[in-house]
Amino acid sequence: MRAVISVVGKDRPGILAFVATKCAERNINIVDVTQKVLQDLFTMIMIVDLPEDLENMHQVAGDFEVMGDEQGLKIHVMHEDIFKAMHTI
Amino acid sequence: MTRSTDNIMETIRMIDEECLDIRTITMGISLMDCADTDIDRSCEKIYRKITEKAKDLVQTAKDISLEYGIPIINQRISVTPISLLQSVSGGDCTKYARILDKAGKDVGVNFIGGYSALVQKGMTNGDRELIESIPEALACTDIVCSSVNIGSTKAGINMDAVRLMGQIVRRSAELTKDNNCFGAAKLVVFCNAVEDNPFMAGAFHGITEPETVINVGVSGPGVVRNAILKAGKNATMDEIAEVIKKTAFKITRMGQLVGMEASRRLQVPFGIVDLSLAPTPAVGDSVAQILEEIGLEQCGGPGTTAALAMLNDAVKKGGIMASSSVGGLSGAFIPVSEDAGMIAAARSGTLKIEKLEAMTAVCSVGLDMIIILGDTSAETISAIIADEAAIGMINSKTTACRLIPAIGRNAGEDLVFGGLLGEGPVMPVGKGSAETMISRGGRIPSPIQSLKN
Repeated sequence: MRAVISVVGKDRPGILAFVATKCAERNINIVDVTQKVLQDLFTMIMIVDLPEDLENMHQVAGDFEVMGDEQGLKIHVMHEDIFKAMHTI
Repeated sequence: MTRSTDNIMETIRMIDEECLDIRTITMGISLMDCADTDIDRSCEKIYRKITEKAKDLVQTAKDISLEYGIPIINQRISVTPISLLQSVSGGDCTKYARILDKAGKDVGVNFIGGYSALVQKGMTNGDRELIESIPEALACTDIVCSSVNIGSTKAGINMDAVRLMGQIVRRSAELTKDNNCFGAAKLVVFCNAVEDNPFMAGAFHGITEPETVINVGVSGPGVVRNAILKAGKNATMDEIAEVIKKTAFKITRMGQLVGMEASRRLQVPFGIVDLSLAPTPAVGDSVAQILEEIGLEQCGGPGTTAALAMLNDAVKKGGIMASSSVGGLSGAFIPVSEDAGMIAAARSGTLKIEKLEAMTAVCSVGLDMIIILGDTSAETISAIIADEAAIGMINSKTTACRLIPAIGRNAGEDLVFGGLLGEGPVMPVGKGSAETMISRGGRIPSPIQSLKN
């Protein structure tokens, strides 16, 4: 299942590495990364392939949110279909 | 950043900061096959059918919400108008309300609608028994919602039913006066009721609907307001309309996606997306604030009707292409107690019932969640219902009244319902009695608009 991981927070070294490591630990394959820092704000969008397992998806979304909170980052893991639906005809 | 990245961030911002969510996934369930001449047996069948058909509804909504990252606020059930079953069984109609309440709670939904009767042309015995039982049914249950259709463009207005409903609204408030008159907040009086409405308190599963169906209602006033804000003060009204259309498209696509997905997982046919912009009492989730963003000092002042007409039309135009099937009420809602901007405007006196009535002529749905003085007579309530129904009848649109007489409260005091239903001040009602007209009863004949063949 393809998903989008979005990360927003105050910029500092190691954010990309942190998220990428957490992905690797869960066997999540990163397909595409876009990242930018505007003034002090770090924004990153990752397109990833999740293992085909619904429970896993829920777990991953919850885990990333909690990990994000601990690091002062806002992390969302969302099914990519939502973006396709809203932004393409 | 690429275009798609911008799109992704836009969606996330809509959900995180602008209160975008799916208001409700509502499962419609036909209870026609539960009718039995024995009311207890009928109730047993109802309980069995609802708990079987809707057993996975709440969990499925939760799964979709987690997976797609979209909040789904409510799960609800609508059922066949209970007056039809009452016509077959007779007996103590409140038994149906109790069993609906129990079945709904056991499957974990937030509301269950369909304690309803459609009496626009006349009342059967079952209709009358159901209507007379509404106050008690709403007082002895928590999540059951009731609606009565008293008029339509095709049939005219049943003034006998209007007279009765004035008394029923009052009585519903009286029986729940220790609980903020909550009974009346779960009761809607319709003209031109729709059969696939996912929103409460007016949802019921019409007799032309399939065995079961999934309908979805979205909510996105905050998103629309922010889009208008970004368009700037120099944008012309037609440019604002375009902005609203585009935003409504995106919101509706989300509803369509969630509805289709819920339908697939539950193996229940997908019905409609209701395009209505449904506000909540949360800050930034207000239809009134959209109108104020368009350029009104406060909702309810001069210009409100025009701004609302444009908003309502643009929402429909944007939404219609985004969904394979649009239905329900589909317009902007203006429930006073459920909208922070409306509450503020009512408190300041800018927003009055008379203005709200004018507003209902250009949007869905009607005089919704309006708290009136507790000593307002049943005849006056009936007269307000008749006025509102007349707007619906002549304009071939749905109108509704959800009036809450604040029993035992004075002008200036508030009723607090909590949750999505919000809170609001007691609003003054126009003077002058309509007692003689209401006591006449009978029918307002169907208007010339009904003769289309």
